[in-house]
Amino acid sequence: MSGYWAGILAILAINIIFAYGIFITAAAGQLNLGGAGFMAIGAHAAAVLGEQLGWTPAQTVPAAVAITACVGIAIAFPVLRTRGVYMVLATFAFAQVVTGVILTQPALGGAMGLVVTEYVDLPVLLLAAAGTTLLAFWLMATRFGLALRALHDDELVSTLMGVPARAMQVGAFAIGAGLTGLAGGLYAHHFSFVEAQYFNPLLSIYVLLFVLIGGTQTAWGPLVGATFFTLVPELLRVGGSWRYVVFGAIIVAMMMFRPEGIVTRSLVDRLFSRRRPAPDAG
Amino acid sequence: MPAEPLLALSGVTKAFGGLTVVQDVGFDLPRGGRLGLIGPNGAGKTTVFNLISGVYPIDAGEIRLDGQPISRLPPRARVRAGIARSFQNIRLMPHLSAVENVMLGQHARAAGLGALLTPIAWMPRGRWRREAEELLAAAGLDIDPGEVVANLPYGIRKKIEVVRALAARPKLLMLDEPAAGLNPAETAELARFLREIAAAGTTLLVVEHDMGFVNEVCDRVVVLNFGRKIFEGSMAGARADTTVREAYLGAEAADAA
Repeated sequence: MSGYWAGILAILAINIIFAYGIFITAAAGQLNLGGAGFMAIGAHAAAVLGEQLGWTPAQTVPAAVAITACVGIAIAFPVLRTRGVYMVLATFAFAQVVTGVILTQPALGGAMGLVVTEYVDLPVLLLAAAGTTLLAFWLMATRFGLALRALHDDELVSTLMGVPARAMQVGAFAIGAGLTGLAGGLYAHHFSFVEAQYFNPLLSIYVLLFVLIGGTQTAWGPLVGATFFTLVPELLRVGGSWRYVVFGAIIVAMMMFRPEGIVTRSLVDRLFSRRRPAPDAG
Repeated sequence: MPAEPLLALSGVTKAFGGLTVVQDVGFDLPRGGRLGLIGPNGAGKTTVFNLISGVYPIDAGEIRLDGQPISRLPPRARVRAGIARSFQNIRLMPHLSAVENVMLGQHARAAGLGALLTPIAWMPRGRWRREAEELLAAAGLDIDPGEVVANLPYGIRKKIEVVRALAARPKLLMLDEPAAGLNPAETAELARFLREIAAAGTTLLVVEHDMGFVNEVCDRVVVLNFGRKIFEGSMAGARADTTVREAYLGAEAADAA
């Protein structure tokens, strides 16, 4: 495999994990535009623990997941008091605070960034992406997943059906944050360098786009969305500088023709022919 | 000494801002009873439902279920205690399938982290899914349980709401205008289904404008007007009552009738 494709695959694997981290809250109807902030926490936690304490990636990556998940729980309580566009703004502001803190703290790399010596190779990234995908499919098939999808549609009625809305939403936020932390930790160890500037608002916007354009109704959405967003710009490379124009046009077209995402519930039903055959066909 | 009622309201009062929408309402619903809650538009019937199910807190009074005060419990604790309800305007989850909506209705019975994290969608023969499909079939719904509810016709969705509430295995089933918008055949079929449910031991509290339906399903009615209880007794008694006639028709028309 050429270095070029290995590089694309590594980014794809990290993007898939990252996308599932944002998806799990989006499935419950909460838009997190602070993805880069959570990923930055995971990446810097892994880098600092590895460089300062000499931990191996087998220790730093789980620690990055745990730390980011804890931050997710702590931030969930104020963020979940907000609704709709205000939640988007609150999570966005949170990410700005995270990168702001990193930039002012030399121990965290400051503006110079941190070199990460321990290297994690591509197969580990691919395994982690596959594991995350399985986890997401599993969670969405459980009563927890059903409750999240119900909260997306109607929070009041879900509560009246016995769903503890706040506990479910905080749980989703914690799992989502943990997954973005995993993406961050693996990013740090694979690319061997982290700096706050990489975790900018554009990254948060991109990952939310992966999820929304992929579709939030099924666990297929982030997989398709992340793959689409990672591979299409590469395939358009032949178009030179026009590729961004073409790519932008594709995104607009997607939002016009598939407003609920590329993969919707009814599309999955059709593909797996879960519907009863039409009477005239049987 | 008479048996303790399943549901007992006493002095229940609720105001929104300066507007008192439910004032000093009290009634008892015996176990196995079928009570109709009727009254003109704006009488506060749905508000009483919302107060019992915990959508809003009450300002004064007390609500008891099985003798236990429930007015301070959050909604999810009330459904676990045995109160399930449907809604005046269909409030099914549009992105979920029929069977998933019913499985959501079971949520109050699925306690603990284990029940929460066991897959229920992958196993067509899993206990929760099988039970939900059986409930749909028992209600006479001949549909694909996997069909997303947004694609189903109104009458079917209206009935799935009743089935979803039943999935909680409630002691008290509260139905808010279950017959609204149904055709006469569907209404008769719903009445038959509700009598079956009641015969199986579920206590019913029904808000409905279709008086024929109320007469067929309920054994007693409470009439509300402007947030106050103006009558409690049999349907025939309500029809004969002057105050009730005035509430529905106005004083002059009631005199003329």
